Amino acid sequence: MRALRGRAEHTFWPVGRAGLVLGLCLLPLPILFASLLLGRMGLGARDVWASLFGGAVPETVRALVLRVRLPRLLAAALVGANLAVSGAAFQGIFRNPLVESRILGVSAGAGFGAALAMVLRSGPAGIQILAFAGGLLAAGLAVTLGSAFGGGILVLVLSGVLVSSFFSSLVSLVKYFADPYVQLPGITFWLMGGLSAVRWADILPLAVASAIGLGGLLLLRWRLNLLTLSEAEAQSLGLSVRRLRFLTVALGTLLTAAAVSVSGVVGWVGLIVPHAARALVGPDHLFLIPASAGLGAAVLLLFDNIARTTLPTEIPLDILTGLIGVPVFFLLFMRQIKRGGGWR
Amino acid sequence: MSLVGRDIFYAYSPEKYVLSGVSITVEGGEVLFLLGANGSGKTTLLECLCGVRFPQAGEISVDGLPFSVLSARERAKRIAYVPQFPEAAFAYTVEEMVLFGRAPHVGPFGRPGKKDHEKVEEALSQVGLENLRARPVNTLSGGERRLVLIARGLAQEAPYLLLDEPDAHLDPANQHRVLSVVRALARKGLGVVATTHNPNSALLYGQKVILLRTGKILAEGDPYRVLSPEILREAYGIPFQLLDGAGAKAFIPHVERG
Repeated sequence: MRALRGRAEHTFWPVGRAGLVLGLCLLPLPILFASLLLGRMGLGARDVWASLFGGAVPETVRALVLRVRLPRLLAAALVGANLAVSGAAFQGIFRNPLVESRILGVSAGAGFGAALAMVLRSGPAGIQILAFAGGLLAAGLAVTLGSAFGGGILVLVLSGVLVSSFFSSLVSLVKYFADPYVQLPGITFWLMGGLSAVRWADILPLAVASAIGLGGLLLLRWRLNLLTLSEAEAQSLGLSVRRLRFLTVALGTLLTAAAVSVSGVVGWVGLIVPHAARALVGPDHLFLIPASAGLGAAVLLLFDNIARTTLPTEIPLDILTGLIGVPVFFLLFMRQIKRGGGWR
Repeated sequence: MSLVGRDIFYAYSPEKYVLSGVSITVEGGEVLFLLGANGSGKTTLLECLCGVRFPQAGEISVDGLPFSVLSARERAKRIAYVPQFPEAAFAYTVEEMVLFGRAPHVGPFGRPGKKDHEKVEEALSQVGLENLRARPVNTLSGGERRLVLIARGLAQEAPYLLLDEPDAHLDPANQHRVLSVVRALARKGLGVVATTHNPNSALLYGQKVILLRTGKILAEGDPYRVLSPEILREAYGIPFQLLDGAGAKAFIPHVERG
């Protein structure tokens, strides 16, 4: 009884915070629906509703909603959730709030895979597959290198940085040999990120990888807290630190690679969204992971709306996330400094 | 019922032993202080006793069960480790931090439930931190942070508590606050091992002391009997003098004033 009364004293916890998390998880749904209305051809809410759930609507509108906009927006939501959740998980296990989904070289590896696929003219499916494989390869290499030198956090970060820059050089190498009129622009645009090419066929593999990665990290989320303690503390609490860390890295890498293979390189979401989520619901991963998923999906949907509606041509996503993400991050950072340091 | 380490050898690099043949026994209900100069092996011994490090030779057992037959989780239900400072990368609240002590009792994919929250409340009230439960740990004073980690150890429900320098970097009042909580817990049946650099802490709060020098036991037993200016000089390499009066003893370094 005493325990319950004690906890009811602060309204923020647990009901308030759980409610907030639920709200953040549901947030992408209305945004997704609203986003279906937006585009070169503006649509009414009734038409969109009828296309989605059956009703009288012109076949062209239905096709536009179901075959063009819906897959793209679902991809945006999944990519956003994937990057944010893997970013949150990586920040946790690397015990460093400046780490993001790309820390293990996934993006650089995926970029190399995609560039290679374009030079080999292997088509959209080939690009997705090679990008995914490249991402996994790079992260796998970083983890192997890291483990070979003791497997501590610092070595892992260092090998991530090394592998990243190695694969960036490989990308440059491929670019150097690419046909400058067709392939080179293709590679360059891919590396700037974007979802304009997404079709239903791209969604299935993304959805499967996301389900595994998000599901796994959601199951592990309370334990992830223990990895943010020192290794000795975590071990003394009965945790097999290396095993849980490896599992988390594997799931986070799967999420990032699947996202990047569809969207190209999209930065900053995996860094900033976890911070924003932490500012809203606190650092406990029990709440942070689902909050990051919802917020990440919502944020990338918004970015993608800007990308596809503001100019006559698409604006690459990475440019937007950078232009908006950097100032936002700076503000977060400044606020943190003003509060007297201490990351939340 | 006791936590026993027998003939423990530990080396960080080949043949350079930090611990060479140390044996230690702590019973429920007593506080054992580990004393010794920097690098004498105190913290290493503590980390071996909580299973964070694996000795190259020797055996450790808790309540008759050798570590070799215990899983990490089973071990964590029996032995709690309290480091000097919480090293969390994020600003967890007191309540969240203490809840982490429930880890060995929560399944791998589980999350803490009502019973776990009740244990947290119990632990917080035992160390007197009920009113701080919603505060981020990094906003607390040094003494309060130490108590948070002790509460986490209590939430772990382990009968043995290992503390790394619980009295370091604290003013005398906070040293007393922390160590008197530790002593009260021992009186309720907990077995405690604590490292310290202050021989007087052992005199005031301990039932047993082990004095280490370069990985070997120099002296052990009742602190009042074992500790002497001569043995402290041997341990630390500088002369000490004993202040004895009004029923209490204390040691201070015997060096030139001013």
